[in-house]
Amino acid sequence: MSKILIVAEHAGGKLNPATSKSVSCAAQISGGEIHIAVFAADAGAVATQAAALAGVAKVLKVENAANAEPLAAVLAPQVAALAANYTHVFGPSTTFGKDLMPRVAALLGVGQVSDVMAVESAYKFRRPIYAGNAILTVEAPADQKLVATVRVASYQPAAAGGSAAIEAANVTAEIPSHTRFVSRSAATSGRPDLQSATRVVSGGRALANSDNFKILYNLADKIGAAVGASRAAVDAGYVPSDLQVGQTGKIIAPELYIACGISGAIQHLTGIKDARTIVAINKDPEAPIFEVADIGLVGDLFQVVPELEKQLG
Amino acid sequence: MSKILVCLKRVIDYNVRVRVKPDNTGVITDGVKMSINPFDEIALEEALRIKEKGGATEVVVVSIGPADTQQQLRTGLAMGADRAILVQSDAPVEPLAAARAFLKLIEKESPSIVLMGKQGIDDDNAQTGQMVAALWNRPQATFASKIELDGGKAKVTREVDAGLETIEVDLPAVFTSDLRLNEPRYVKLPEIMKAKKKPLDTVSFGDLGVAPANAFKNVKFEAPTGRTKGIMVKDVAELVTALKQKGVL
Repeated sequence: MSKILIVAEHAGGKLNPATSKSVSCAAQISGGEIHIAVFAADAGAVATQAAALAGVAKVLKVENAANAEPLAAVLAPQVAALAANYTHVFGPSTTFGKDLMPRVAALLGVGQVSDVMAVESAYKFRRPIYAGNAILTVEAPADQKLVATVRVASYQPAAAGGSAAIEAANVTAEIPSHTRFVSRSAATSGRPDLQSATRVVSGGRALANSDNFKILYNLADKIGAAVGASRAAVDAGYVPSDLQVGQTGKIIAPELYIACGISGAIQHLTGIKDARTIVAINKDPEAPIFEVADIGLVGDLFQVVPELEKQLG
Repeated sequence: MSKILVCLKRVIDYNVRVRVKPDNTGVITDGVKMSINPFDEIALEEALRIKEKGGATEVVVVSIGPADTQQQLRTGLAMGADRAILVQSDAPVEPLAAARAFLKLIEKESPSIVLMGKQGIDDDNAQTGQMVAALWNRPQATFASKIELDGGKAKVTREVDAGLETIEVDLPAVFTSDLRLNEPRYVKLPEIMKAKKKPLDTVSFGDLGVAPANAFKNVKFEAPTGRTKGIMVKDVAELVTALKQKGVL
């Protein structure tokens, strides 16, 4: 039987929805028993949230002052030690999991399956490669530990209503001091988190400067959406890098994605292909974004976006 | 003196539209342009800038791949690297085996910094840097957008989902570059000529004492099921109606 350990991602006492989506992925392994490990200085609040996820059998708290910040070099030896009792170790394919899990895999002497988008069996998975231009079915050896990251955009959050037992785990691992947290500058826009938002308004190079993004912020605030951007807009300095959607930015799956002045490079489309409804607003009728959009409108975004905001009022 | 090791991967060029082979055994590479993985090019640029500012005395580019990978290493030499090492392997190499080979080169070269891209744009694995750091038992700073050296330490700003995170690490360490770390330089013709004379050593997995064995089996490559084109609307009023019909507003 598969015993699956999921490393929880959390910040500020809140469990990141990426963890819940990782549970949904792990639940696809039939007959698996799912445990969640919370590494923190004080894991209490996060452990309670993790225990409430349906399908989770147990939550392990690994509390240590060194675990106050999610440093891969600090967490990896502890995760590897805890992994001894498990067949599978999963983490989300967010920057947290992408940083941590390969380090865990190498310490365990095994490879990693990155970005699991579908589970075929306990050791067989589907994952996107070449910016989503190909889907690879990969089979890992069943006689080794299986380390994987979960492409969270492919999964819905696990249902609530679980009541897993919460236990403190004793982990013996040498914690290095060569890596130290200094600071984090988080964008505090007051808008929903881009990764988990149900609606996203996104802008591209056509916005031309950062001031012009205001019309997107206004529309986003009217419909309770997060704001995203193409790589071109980020590279041009119109918005911070954490708003980037695409192959090398965030992969998202909102209910509604409104792309404004985004031409639709393949690398960008990779980041939105699981969106339920894509709306494209672009003045170039030949823009590739129209080939994937559910609803397209050829027009000047500087007229269309404010008008849309008004009509939604 | 301090040395920087930069790991380069030969990949299908960024601008090529990748297609799956009709028999589902891989992607089409025949006659396709190959280049340095763009993230690795950024890593090399950073290494060169560190050296130019006096932070290192030598930049060594290393790669794993078939004999043709010499082309990408020559490009790296033309950008300004001092010498190159190719671990020749005709079969694809998984990240863990690659990390084990790089570790052997690290043990031989004793660099103060190992730099590579945050992910290869072919397999999109994003694993090798972290695995090298783990096997080497040294710090890692992934997704770097700014690297500041300060004696035996470095302060690295990382692009994380929440924004920007800064960590401090002791050297030696592994850094993986994100897109906005820098903009790589263009290679000038005289540099290409000069690069032909720079040393390029070739070694095998056997020479390094590393098994190139792959653990995973690639069962099948498939083209993604694409989205289909939807409807076009002519104005905002129609757009609002369509959105309401779909029940997304």
